[in-house]
Amino acid sequence: MLMINSPAELEACRKDILSKRDPKKPCITLCSGSACHATGSEKVARAIELEVKNHGLDVEVDIRRTGCHGFCEKGPIVVIYPEGICYLKVQPEDVCEIISHTFKEKKIVERLLYCDPNTGEKATFEHDIPFYKNQERLVLGLNRKIDPKSFEDYMAVGGYQALSKALFEMTPEEVIGEVKGANLRGRGGAGFPSGLKWEMARNAPGDVKYVIVNCDEGDPGAYMDRSLMEGNPFAVLEGLMIGAYAIGAREGYVYVRQEYPLAVSNLAEAMKQATRHGLLGKNILGSGFDFTVKVHCGAGAFICGEETSLLMSLEGKAGEPNPRPPFPATKGLWGKPTNINNVETWANIPLVINKGAAAFSALGTEVSKGTKIFSLVGKVNNTGLVEVPMGIPLRDIIYKIGGGVPGGKKFKAVQTGGPSGGCIPEALLDIKVDFEELTKAGAMMGSGGMIVMDEDTCMVDISRYFLEFLSDESCGKCTPCREGIRRMLRILTDMTTGKGKEGDLELLEELAETTKGASLCALGKGSPNPVLSTMHYFREEYEAHIVHKRCPSLSCKELINYVIDPEKCKACGSCFRQCPAEAIHGGKKMIHEVIQEKCTKCGTCLEACPARFGAVKKISGEPVPAPLSEAQRTMA
Amino acid sequence: MDIGRIDQVIDKHDGEASSLIQILLEIQSENHWLPKEALDRVSERLQVPMSRIQHITTFYKAFSQVPKGRHEIHVCVGTACHVRGAQRVLEALEDATGLKPGETDVELKFSLETVNCLGCCALGPVMVVDGEYHGNVAPAKSAEVLKNYE
Amino acid sequence: MSEIVLQIDGKKVVAAAGMTILEAAQTVGIAIPTLCHHEKLAPYGACRICTVEAESRGRMNMVAACTYPAEQDLVVTTRSEKVDKIRKVLLEQMLSHAPDSVQLTELAKVYGADKDRFSKESSFCILCGLCVRYCAEVKKKNAIGYIDRGPRREISFVPEVAGKECWDCKECFDLCPTSALQAAYVLTEALAATPTPDDDGCGSGGCGSGGCGCKH
Ligand SMILES: Cc1cc2nc3c(=O)[nH]c(=O)nc-3n(C[C@H](O)[C@H](O)[C@H](O)COP(=O)(O)O)c2cc1C
Ligand code: SF4
Ligand code: FES
Repeated sequence: MLMINSPAELEACRKDILSKRDPKKPCITLCSGSACHATGSEKVARAIELEVKNHGLDVEVDIRRTGCHGFCEKGPIVVIYPEGICYLKVQPEDVCEIISHTFKEKKIVERLLYCDPNTGEKATFEHDIPFYKNQERLVLGLNRKIDPKSFEDYMAVGGYQALSKALFEMTPEEVIGEVKGANLRGRGGAGFPSGLKWEMARNAPGDVKYVIVNCDEGDPGAYMDRSLMEGNPFAVLEGLMIGAYAIGAREGYVYVRQEYPLAVSNLAEAMKQATRHGLLGKNILGSGFDFTVKVHCGAGAFICGEETSLLMSLEGKAGEPNPRPPFPATKGLWGKPTNINNVETWANIPLVINKGAAAFSALGTEVSKGTKIFSLVGKVNNTGLVEVPMGIPLRDIIYKIGGGVPGGKKFKAVQTGGPSGGCIPEALLDIKVDFEELTKAGAMMGSGGMIVMDEDTCMVDISRYFLEFLSDESCGKCTPCREGIRRMLRILTDMTTGKGKEGDLELLEELAETTKGASLCALGKGSPNPVLSTMHYFREEYEAHIVHKRCPSLSCKELINYVIDPEKCKACGSCFRQCPAEAIHGGKKMIHEVIQEKCTKCGTCLEACPARFGAVKKISGEPVPAPLSEAQRTMA
Repeated sequence: MDIGRIDQVIDKHDGEASSLIQILLEIQSENHWLPKEALDRVSERLQVPMSRIQHITTFYKAFSQVPKGRHEIHVCVGTACHVRGAQRVLEALEDATGLKPGETDVELKFSLETVNCLGCCALGPVMVVDGEYHGNVAPAKSAEVLKNYE
Repeated sequence: MSEIVLQIDGKKVVAAAGMTILEAAQTVGIAIPTLCHHEKLAPYGACRICTVEAESRGRMNMVAACTYPAEQDLVVTTRSEKVDKIRKVLLEQMLSHAPDSVQLTELAKVYGADKDRFSKESSFCILCGLCVRYCAEVKKKNAIGYIDRGPRREISFVPEVAGKECWDCKECFDLCPTSALQAAYVLTEALAATPTPDDDGCGSGGCGSGGCGCKH
């Protein structure tokens, strides 16, 4: 069946697909998101195909390449159904064993299982792994069940039910009512209630209206939108169509970052298949509703994630924000009413329609409903994408799911909300994660980046980092943002290079106030946040940099020195051989020394020194010990 | 890139001025930079003033108005990679190539670029050479990687 | 269209629909400082010197008077401690580019801005965009535009167009709040670099601004 012309045909088609599928039939799924691509999932896939064939299993076993499962730290991930056996960090050379052991002999390959770093306990099934166990994967969960390029797979998991329901059982007003009732708030940044936004666009006068998916995802350290777009483009499209129907739009755009080539190609394939089955184009499901989508690639500008700037870019101009009002809902693309939502917001729509407002909003807190996907990255054991119900304590995300900070280091802060967000210290880890609580803590929900920092991360450097990012990404149109960020960045750069002055903190505060108060768009208005939040919670670190020229985290290059402890050095020569700057004074049976004048502070010696000696260390804010004489250096 | 090919790209987008960025992206990805003749042609065909093209090609990071090296090195400097030491990797690569981010060497061998998050945060620090990802690179190792490129 | 009643500095103001706060204020003789605003040009909202406090439905926002529409029941305050402080810092930032600008110096006196507060910048331009927008919107020549973004944003003439159009116009010079220094400088550079047919597009002298991407 090619074209699907009615809800009945849709269900018939689904039945047909399901009837050909045996849930007991073994299936090997392989995670093929961008991160796994980078770790060689392509080669693993080929090895699986080959091995399955060699064992003559091609008829008995299905192979499915899915989107991102979220546990990127351990990719490529292979899950074997129907049992759900989960193998991590699979390499091509492991495949042979997997097939012969698990398939032929029904035995588990122990060494590929998840192993708890603390208890040493192994977990055979996905749902036993603590990383997954504590999540609620309503949106992201489908990623691992479907091949993102397969219309059949999406149908098999209930795809297009929501669209069919919206088109045939609900009026546009009812759809909006459902989204309002669900209290769905935008997942792209500000958390604006989506239903209200839709209503504004619906009520705006005009025949031509647009709906847009914002997949610009510029926050550094956040990649949930990419994973959704790569792993389940059909769901995003379905959400978009429901929105279009509700608002009265017949045309949509997807704005994707060009740094995400796989998202672009998977989306294009999904569009092609949806069109082929009549789920994009004219008279969808025979409802009389027409809808087409165009893909627009971003050209590398963070600011284009901002709504008005995104519209400028869609119109083929430089991405400079425009003042609001007028809001896009009344005057957007080409001056027409336009509704822009984030990828994750759109992906939540089918869920809202299928489950209904009441069931959807059963999960979450008073002000924030449903789940949110975070990208948990940085100094944390289980890096990856996590989807949790709103209101979960921050500590649970970092410790129960994330497995805490690696290497026995001490947790220092977690940065949320991207470049306009803030850093939350240890003392506030018990706050519940929702829109309000994060804002109260001086951070932000933002799009869902969560970057964990340990004792080695310098907070002054982090705020310098974000301002450097923003200074690079500011469009430069308005004075407070362009000049304010420039000035603040200079002050912070001075601090991290030992040139901080008394009065700098006060000046930072004054500049922050102007930038926050007078900037045209939210990039400028939010730009002082990383500075203000770190200054609030970690003021003593700033003072150490300014007054004592000391970096307490031993991170700012200009403020530290590498030295070798003469008591601990065993003259093994490791550092001497590896130092790229030839800055180690070595010699057989001679205590090694760092020649400070030559040292580029790359840190190679610290990594080179065998852990059992631990002779290399960093110091800051204290004088470098005087060089030893030849006699002193000679070992007994 | 000859004018005929540029016309093809423009025709593919129906010569729409609103597709200006998409057209420039296609030329950039095929040719690796945007020669003046190409921009002139685009300006003429789309009836878009050169001032706007000038702004766009310098505003968006994807565009280059100088030829790129045979090998493009991208170092991720997203937040996750930053806290895992991306700066030191970048410095090691700067040392190894003698380039600053955004530059290309005279022999057109390497171009060095930074990128704000590739979405591979689990592998940080990450560098990409000609589309091939290298995860968890230590500074010394990153310079080592370049030796495989001619 | 209907009339809108709002309050500016305690005065009741009746504005027509579509008016900005700035225009509404002008009708009752309340002056709000502007730099990037020009009657012949579309509102732009870049310099932000016109920032005022605007309260609507109990919420106070800082908005640019030159772009924010006059709304029913809006309560606008054009001078307050907060507004003055923002204007002062903005002026100080702009004076680090154009310390001798007459217009900026006048405003600096009003808001107590110190022209030496911040270290001097190499470009005189405060990027009000008057020249760029005038050339595009009024003259329709597009001889000058922006390049780059963020703190690296600059104005730049398009040599081919400037070579033909600018000699006998230069109307944008008079609009410039920094006494046209930057515009004149950039124009000279651009004309010196007008390309000959067979070079790489930026002329032997280079584009000077670095904007064309050449290595000069
Ligand atoms: C500087 C800046 C960058 C932004 N980047 C993004 C982005 O990459 N993706 C996104 O969905 N929203 C981004 N936003 C938020 C959007 O402006 C907008 O609020 C969002 O797309 C609305 O969708 P939502 O209501 O579904 O969250 C950004 C906002 C600003 C100010
Ligand atoms: S706040 Fe920054 S990014 Fe936004 S318009 Fe102003 S200069 Fe551009
Ligand atoms: S006059 Fe309003 S922003 Fe410049």
